[in-house]
Amino acid sequence: MSKPLVAVHKFSSCDGCQLAFLNLGPALLTLTEQVEIRHFLEAGLDDPETAVEIAFVEGSISTDEELARIQRIRAQSKTLISIGACATSGGLQALRNLGDTESDWRQAIYAQPEYIRTLQHATPIKDHVKVDFELWGCPINSQQLVAAIRSLLFGVPPLENDAKLCLECKRQQAVCVMVTKGTPCMGPVTRAGCGALCPRFGRDCYACYGPGENPNTDALAARFSGLGLLPDAIARRFLLINSNAPAYRDAGLKALPSGRYPTQHD
Amino acid sequence: MPDSRHCLQDAIQLNMTERRIKIHVPALTRVEGEGALHLEVRNDTIEQLQLSIFEPPRYFEKFLEGRAYSEILDIVARICGICPIAYQMSAAQAIESAFGSEINPWAQDMRRVFYCGEWLQSHALHIHLLALPDFLGFQNAIEMSASYPKEVRRGLQLQGVGNALISLFGARSVHPVGACPGGFYRAPDLPAVQTMIAKLEAARPEAVALLEWVCTLPLPQDDQTFTSVSLQHPREYPLYSGRIVSSNGLDIAAEAFDAHMQENHRPHSTALYAHLDGEPYLVGPLARLNLNLDQLPDAVANTLQQATAGTAVTFPSRNMFHSVVARAVEILLAIDEALRLLRNYHCPATPAVAVTPRAGTGVGASEAPRGLLWHRYDFDDQGLVRSARIVPPTSQNQARIEADLHRSLRTFGLDQSDEALRLRSEMVIRNYDPCISCATHFLDLQIDRRP
Repeated sequence: MSKPLVAVHKFSSCDGCQLAFLNLGPALLTLTEQVEIRHFLEAGLDDPETAVEIAFVEGSISTDEELARIQRIRAQSKTLISIGACATSGGLQALRNLGDTESDWRQAIYAQPEYIRTLQHATPIKDHVKVDFELWGCPINSQQLVAAIRSLLFGVPPLENDAKLCLECKRQQAVCVMVTKGTPCMGPVTRAGCGALCPRFGRDCYACYGPGENPNTDALAARFSGLGLLPDAIARRFLLINSNAPAYRDAGLKALPSGRYPTQHD
Repeated sequence: MPDSRHCLQDAIQLNMTERRIKIHVPALTRVEGEGALHLEVRNDTIEQLQLSIFEPPRYFEKFLEGRAYSEILDIVARICGICPIAYQMSAAQAIESAFGSEINPWAQDMRRVFYCGEWLQSHALHIHLLALPDFLGFQNAIEMSASYPKEVRRGLQLQGVGNALISLFGARSVHPVGACPGGFYRAPDLPAVQTMIAKLEAARPEAVALLEWVCTLPLPQDDQTFTSVSLQHPREYPLYSGRIVSSNGLDIAAEAFDAHMQENHRPHSTALYAHLDGEPYLVGPLARLNLNLDQLPDAVANTLQQATAGTAVTFPSRNMFHSVVARAVEILLAIDEALRLLRNYHCPATPAVAVTPRAGTGVGASEAPRGLLWHRYDFDDQGLVRSARIVPPTSQNQARIEADLHRSLRTFGLDQSDEALRLRSEMVIRNYDPCISCATHFLDLQIDRRP
């Protein structure tokens, strides 16, 4: 039986989610016995045009070239999975969407901004093509990746885990940092999947896995206010790695008296 | 731009006297991020040679503005998935310097251990998954593993030990969450440290074997002249901190770096080009080893001497391809340094000192796996960022890579076949372990000349 073909594509990103493959260790060699990886530039596989069973897509769309490329990838991929915050919600760089600041920033940074061709917004893959499954996280971890591949090999959809981080935190028997230390933790509105790493290290969750199901952002913003956070600081909690996820974007902008971001130096 | 992906354009016009070659590699493989190479040769002259970085900019320095100092480490980690700790450590030092905070000796030592984990994983990844296929004649590491199963497995295991060391302090190896301004959020407990020591002890002989093996690889012999730049520390091999020195006698505090370093912007690249006092320069493992040989711990120096005996490898080296050996040396060094510091491990009274913001500017410099990484932040009195500037290693190496390509390809012979020229070019570029994702995000805050 021939092995299912897999491709790994990169758009605007830090390369960190691709490391979920490259950090598998010897299990990477096992994986290549189960599937045939056809395209994965960082691993030295350069074959972007072949039709594949599963395409993993890292990164957000931020140039015209990327816009055209994602359409081609969709057309030749049976199942398309977005991996990580950039591909799934736009990522950290989507902060530029909030203030329509891209052209100002380009001019401030590059001596010759006309050399730089980028779109005004950095957007998730699903804004442009159909995404079959999403793996959230900044970064995703290897367990999420292998679980998704295994599920698909068995012909079942990967398990969606959008429960709140608080549940995972309790299962890990971590001490709640908000209750015990008054630290403004994003766990109540963030999806599980990371293993509650931050609370286990005694710090606040900063929502790198994106919104969980039915996030009650109003209640959490009110709680943050009760802990003494000023409106700007509350907004910054929501507007970080997944600022383009609607639940966080709306909560963040709502917290700001001006309703505008960025609030400083603009 | 990579519109014509996958087309190696071999437009060769041959007549009796003229050979004209155009080589376009639209998407470089086995590098971090997106880059391309464009080369035009007429007879024995290189008419055009451009390493283009088309990874789109993500504007990190701009969206850092207005963010709190306590958020910086979580933000800058996202510049690079392969060296997030380097970004966190340069930033932490800049923040602490701006606020006049002094971290405790425990945190100082453990940051070095944490950083050793990143060197170990990044170097092991680069050697085995990115560089070795070039030297051994394979397309990629998966293909190579059929002929070199033991070596590839050993490399992936060393990479895994590096990741475990990072996770000990940071909970995960990509975008770790454990470091904060002032130190760490949490100190690992003793049993976890003991387990880590056992892993490092088991990895050490593997690292020695790796170093001995890379010294015997058929590396091209190609000596050239270049300026090495790295940190230097009075008591140890540079990693976490130090003064900036060069092989031309430069010796400056990190704060003085931008007075000597100029960046400019070229049309074919979203990365800026850095020059030091007007000249291209090299940062990274070979530059570090060349400048800091006498800071190698005795055990590492002795192993290196034994491994290189009877081979063509010597240090200091002017052969850029000895970078792969330098990486193997630094893998062993990272293991030994982590072992030295962890064997004296104790649980601290507090893993972090309190940091109190104040208005001011701070600079931080550390040695990322790929070389010097420099940060500067200006804060207001609330500890919000007024401006940020980040100079990553790959932007510093970009001018050097092009200079190397010019020279290496002429030495290699422009009369070689197109395929051979393309392979050699890629090999030269990969040898620098360029991190293109990083390079694109370093952004010089040029004065806006438009009204």
